[in-house]
Amino acid sequence: MTKMNINSEQSRIALLFLSPALLSIFVFFFIPVIAAFIISFTDFDIYSLGDYSNITFIGFKNYIRLFNDELFWVSLKNTFLFVVMAGPLSIAVSLSAAILLNSKIVKLKSLFRLSYFIPVVTTLVAVAIVWRFIYHPKFGIINYVLGLIGISPIDWLGDPNWAMPAIVLMAVWKNFGYNMIIFLAGLQNIPTHLYEAAEIEGANSFQQFKSITLPMLAPTTLFVGLITMIGFFQLFAEPYIMTQGGPLNSTISIVHYMYQEGFRWWNMGYSASIAFILFFIIFIGTLIQFKLKKNHTI
Amino acid sequence: MNKSLSIAVIITLIFLSGCKNNSNEIRTINFWAMGAEGEYVQKLIPEFEKLNPGLKVKVQMIPWTAAQEKLITAFASNNLPDVFQLGNTWIPQFSVIGAIESLDNLIMKSKNVNEENYFKGIWETNRINGKVYGIPWYIDTRLLFYRADILSKVGYDSPPKTWKELFDASLKIKNLFGAVEKYPIYLPVNEFAPYVIFALENKATILRENDSYGNFAQKEFVEAFKFAMSFYEHNLTPLGISQVTNIYQAFRDEYIVMYISGPWNIKEFTKWMIDEYSEKWMTAPMPSKDGNYPGVSLAGGASLVISKNCNQKAEAWKFIEYLSDSKVQREFYSISSDLPALKQVWEDSSFKYNKHMRAFYEQFQNVVPTPKVPEWEQIAFSKIQQYAELTSRKVLSVEDAMKKLDKEVDNILEKRRELIKQKKIAS
Repeated sequence: MTKMNINSEQSRIALLFLSPALLSIFVFFFIPVIAAFIISFTDFDIYSLGDYSNITFIGFKNYIRLFNDELFWVSLKNTFLFVVMAGPLSIAVSLSAAILLNSKIVKLKSLFRLSYFIPVVTTLVAVAIVWRFIYHPKFGIINYVLGLIGISPIDWLGDPNWAMPAIVLMAVWKNFGYNMIIFLAGLQNIPTHLYEAAEIEGANSFQQFKSITLPMLAPTTLFVGLITMIGFFQLFAEPYIMTQGGPLNSTISIVHYMYQEGFRWWNMGYSASIAFILFFIIFIGTLIQFKLKKNHTI
Repeated sequence: MNKSLSIAVIITLIFLSGCKNNSNEIRTINFWAMGAEGEYVQKLIPEFEKLNPGLKVKVQMIPWTAAQEKLITAFASNNLPDVFQLGNTWIPQFSVIGAIESLDNLIMKSKNVNEENYFKGIWETNRINGKVYGIPWYIDTRLLFYRADILSKVGYDSPPKTWKELFDASLKIKNLFGAVEKYPIYLPVNEFAPYVIFALENKATILRENDSYGNFAQKEFVEAFKFAMSFYEHNLTPLGISQVTNIYQAFRDEYIVMYISGPWNIKEFTKWMIDEYSEKWMTAPMPSKDGNYPGVSLAGGASLVISKNCNQKAEAWKFIEYLSDSKVQREFYSISSDLPALKQVWEDSSFKYNKHMRAFYEQFQNVVPTPKVPEWEQIAFSKIQQYAELTSRKVLSVEDAMKKLDKEVDNILEKRRELIKQKKIAS
């Protein structure tokens, strides 16, 4: 199956059929990405919109400025904090939910599956309004419950120390249903005879989970871990709606910062350079994950 | 067979009627208005079209939240409408990118649009480097909304007129409430306006050297900022913004007693403060520092502008003149509750005897524009608010915060300095 076997006519036809897709990828993906990359080396801003001669090529100045920008580091730190807290939590919650839904003892499976999945498809703005009430320092249900066991009220979204955990909790709740469905599919693909064999050998359910379920789910976990990480690095809408990045910039994420610089203040050059730093970080994260999983599965 | 024939006839008719429309000399003025105004203004269009046969106005509504983005992208793709509404703090931005036309020649020849008909501070927001780019459509400013019943309980039968009185009244209200968690005033750090108003009242110049450097570390600004922060130090205003989810309810429940806000809230307050509450709230101009009442406030509102590449400027101007007519302005107020820009309309009895309006009339005599640079919104919304939050939570002292603020604002204005040096923008 090498190139040699495909004659030139076949490849020409293949190219013809592929050309609409290739063309649109080129026009709507590669050109904008290349343009953004070039813009990240310029001082493209509001003045440049009126007169393109106001654009100057400034080399790495945007990137250098980023390294000295306190708010950039804060947003970077917040984003990492979010990924580190929300990523594993989200995977743990969605895996446990999937295992519960896959077990034979649970009744009304489709009802649970549906209700766990509903947050994923609900509009975030609506969800955010409800959660703002849940987190309300005086009237919120969380503080009410905490009050019953004697914990004094916490200003969830108003306290710089609690705002990010509050966002994490909401984001995990909102998104775990999606991963749960993928895990569920993965679980159903595990041949039942493996479990039957293990049972005959006398393995208890924890041993079965450790020696059959987890290894068989490894490819699924890699996939889920990757998309969760990429998705969480792009954290934007949750803090944008819930806290606008506050209090004290404790929830401003890197995408939020990029959005503000680019589309609120029209500093396109600066904003593009933030985008490429984010791209680079996600790229490295993906490489590490692949490496880890490769060593693990063999 | 019959069916297809009739379809063919209908299609031909549609085409014919289409041609007919084109050959007729009907010109369409495209007008973009934001939010609810886009809906209200449509009621004024039939009258304009009746007065001007041959002219049609097509109104498009754009939501406030997406307005700036939409207008700038429309400019970039050469798709701006003939006439559009522009928040008057956006005029510097749109004039510097060359999206809007200067109107001086049109004003000179106009019969009903005249600088003298407008409040001075409001008109000034439309003037950039000596040229006028917009005609005020409706106006706003910020002043004090307060609970008259509670202020009179602590001995203030009339609203505080000086900074000293404002602070003193706040302390007394706090004492009245005692340990109950209620606050005399609300100065949220996600609203820059009160901080800037206090500074302007203290004669601070916010930017310096052709508005190309921050000037926040100057004595006047620091002093004003410290005054605002003293309300936090004495626990007279809630720390953070998450406690007040509904400002109107908080106002009714006496959770907050005073709030610095604008005319858009009159409608809402009237709606929430009903029955026994309706007599308990009032508006008053901003307190002054030295007793020169009323104190200064911000000149806000929205203007009407003509896009630079509009090819029917005379017609577009006719439409602006129509909306600036005193009768139309009065009607627009009754439809929208937006405050009219024309001083003449304010002489009307419905304003003179409206107790919540009177304060606005007084306040408009003393309003000033914020710095007219395209970067102002970024400076105000991101930087001033950020440092107000940092100082309110005592992360930074006022002096340190203002020094840092200067540094960041200088960074933001770097390009402006460069362009002034190259003489690409007027200084």
